[in-house]
Amino acid sequence: MSNDHFVRFENVDKSYDGKQLVVKGLNLDIEEGEFVTMLGPSGSGKTTCLMMLAGFETPTNGQIYLDNKVISDIPPHKRGIGMVFQNYALFPHMTVYENLAFPLRVRKIPKDEADKKVDKALSMVSLQGFEARMPMQLSGGQQQRVAVARSLVFDPKLVLMDEPLGALDKNLRESMQYEIKHIHENIGVTVVYVTHDQTEALTMSNRIAVFNDGKVQQLSSPDELYERPVNSFVAEFIGENNTFGGEVIDVSGDKCKVKLNSGTEIMANPIVANSKGDKTTVSLRPERAIIDPEKDMDNNHKGKIEEVIYHGDHTRLRVDLLGNKDFILKIPNSSNRMDITEGKEIKIGWNSVDCRALDPK
Amino acid sequence: MSQEKILSSDGIPLEESLKKAERKNKLKAVLLVAPLFLFILIIYIFPIGDMLFRSVDDRMITKMLPKTFVAMEKWDGQDLPDEPVYQGLYEDLSILKKNKTFGKIIARLNYEKSGFSSLIKKTIRKIDKLEEGNYKEQFIKIHKRWGQSEYLVALKNTAPNWSYAKYLKGVDLKFDEKRNIIQQDEDRRIYKTLWLRTINVAFWVTIFCFILAYPIAHLLATLPMKYSNLLMICVLLPFWTSLLVRTSSWMVLLQQQGPINDLIVWLGWAADDNRPELMYNVIGTFVAMTQILLPFMVLPLYSVMKTISPSLMRAGKSLGGTPLVSFVKIYFPLTIPGIGAGSLLVFILAIGYYITPALVGGASGSLISNNIAYHMKSSLDWAFASALGTMLLVGVLAIYWVYNKLVGIDNIKLG
Repeated sequence: MSNDHFVRFENVDKSYDGKQLVVKGLNLDIEEGEFVTMLGPSGSGKTTCLMMLAGFETPTNGQIYLDNKVISDIPPHKRGIGMVFQNYALFPHMTVYENLAFPLRVRKIPKDEADKKVDKALSMVSLQGFEARMPMQLSGGQQQRVAVARSLVFDPKLVLMDEPLGALDKNLRESMQYEIKHIHENIGVTVVYVTHDQTEALTMSNRIAVFNDGKVQQLSSPDELYERPVNSFVAEFIGENNTFGGEVIDVSGDKCKVKLNSGTEIMANPIVANSKGDKTTVSLRPERAIIDPEKDMDNNHKGKIEEVIYHGDHTRLRVDLLGNKDFILKIPNSSNRMDITEGKEIKIGWNSVDCRALDPK
Repeated sequence: MSQEKILSSDGIPLEESLKKAERKNKLKAVLLVAPLFLFILIIYIFPIGDMLFRSVDDRMITKMLPKTFVAMEKWDGQDLPDEPVYQGLYEDLSILKKNKTFGKIIARLNYEKSGFSSLIKKTIRKIDKLEEGNYKEQFIKIHKRWGQSEYLVALKNTAPNWSYAKYLKGVDLKFDEKRNIIQQDEDRRIYKTLWLRTINVAFWVTIFCFILAYPIAHLLATLPMKYSNLLMICVLLPFWTSLLVRTSSWMVLLQQQGPINDLIVWLGWAADDNRPELMYNVIGTFVAMTQILLPFMVLPLYSVMKTISPSLMRAGKSLGGTPLVSFVKIYFPLTIPGIGAGSLLVFILAIGYYITPALVGGASGSLISNNIAYHMKSSLDWAFASALGTMLLVGVLAIYWVYNKLVGIDNIKLG
């Protein structure tokens, strides 16, 4: 039976200096076996949440539950939570084997059993045969994998990862993302992962909690988060985004009419701004706008190409559209290249469903 | 692999053109290092060499009494020497008297055998009245000791140019008349005690410094910047205060009517008329030296602790280690290079410490360095002072060697 709220934050506040709240009234439930990512800009309180969960910080107010038990009074070493640190935190004076055996030794697990566990954990990250190496003799990626293996070797139910891939280069980072994801799928441990890299979050997670200003802005699956952001911050933070400022002048069913600051009226999907007179920021993903739409779309406007940026697999256009000079369009790099040159006027269309009227910026 | 010579684009072998290109930089480097090298040579290597030399140099008498020693070569050292030795003595001492340079020789010979002082003084006083010929008889007439073979044997014993007698004296040994090494007379054995006391004091001062410095250094390394800076200034403040001032202030604090004694009496630990002696003994040396040498332990420890990421302790705890286990297994082993550096530094400084034991140590708290100073300034036995200094130097090098064998000098971190 999986537990719906294996980890639970209940009205958690955290302040370091008594003047500012770093975390404000946080409520968050994490299911057992889930991979949840806390995503947000730096200073948004995500790492603080992780540290409170690990026991290195205490909540100023509110409770944190782990498996239905309040854990605020349990010291970190008794929580049984595995943790991967930003800079790996491998013990530099111990070999890989000793690093992995440390959590087993302090738990007084007999040596032969410990050996088996270490072996299993190392094979999980494909590092068998590295037992006798010192951490300094390993590459960044290998160190990272040792750190992951160490956090799992004592079979914790929950593993916390604090920006573990931050120090790796791009290619290695991507392959490690898959590796961690597969380990998670194979052993079914609950993972709470902190990152400021949205691609990482989108690739790895079951659910993502977007943090800003000490609050969870949205907690949902990656596709939900990208397709249906609930507010301007999430829309801006995740992926690319085109915005128009304006005011709702009419609402009918699942559509609304927005009068933009430039005077034009467009059709949009009322999400946050859903009554007449609301100020709004309309958000539209670049890939949802189409050049020269063939079928009828309920928004169809003309714009002028300001800049063409070649990106290899796609080309990016910066268009002056309805008063927004930074409107971005993505054109896939297919064989039937359209005639796109700077200064040219083009027709752009999109569906009102994809165009979300959110809170004003 | 073929050993083909690689040529640079102008046809000159690459190695050569590289050398040429680097020559200028090398010259610059040499010039930059030269002043320091000269400085070290002049104020460090040279004096140490001189010290080593002095400690074994024993040519003074041979030089001052050249004719005597030439004549003595033919003497077997049994009965009394023959006339030529006495004639040599007459000629040598006459020259010394004329030049008025006999002071040194008196001190040196009297050290070899007491009684020489009056013997030489009397001889020199009367030497002008001697008549030519038959010097042996006339010498014995001046002083009967010239007729006792032990004095002449003692004189002959000073003939070798090099001598390690000073080193023997440094460990309470000496030569007897037959050049056997024997123990110093019981009432003159002081150096073994002194050496043991010096090592003992250095050892315990190192331990005390370690115990006091470890928590301070840890605090320094972990506190937020604004507090740690303040604490660092407090640690460094003693460095900026004159050693003499610091030692004197300990004298103020530790004296029998001083505040610490007042406190002890007030607390009822001692009666007012029976105040404990905290100074002019080994306690005073311990207390003052520990305080003065503390920064030398704090700084290496701090610099090592600063590099230990706080996430390591967190990792230890998150993996299930209690704070104590995490400390013992993770933090402490990582600080060993700092402990080694600090201990070595404090121990070596303590073993040769001078001013503090001189001021607060009294008789029972004075160390080998005080004795060296005594021989430099008061007894003027520079050779012996040099021998003691050399022994100290060798001791320090030995400690360094042992440390290198045990811990490895590469593991030391001074910052």
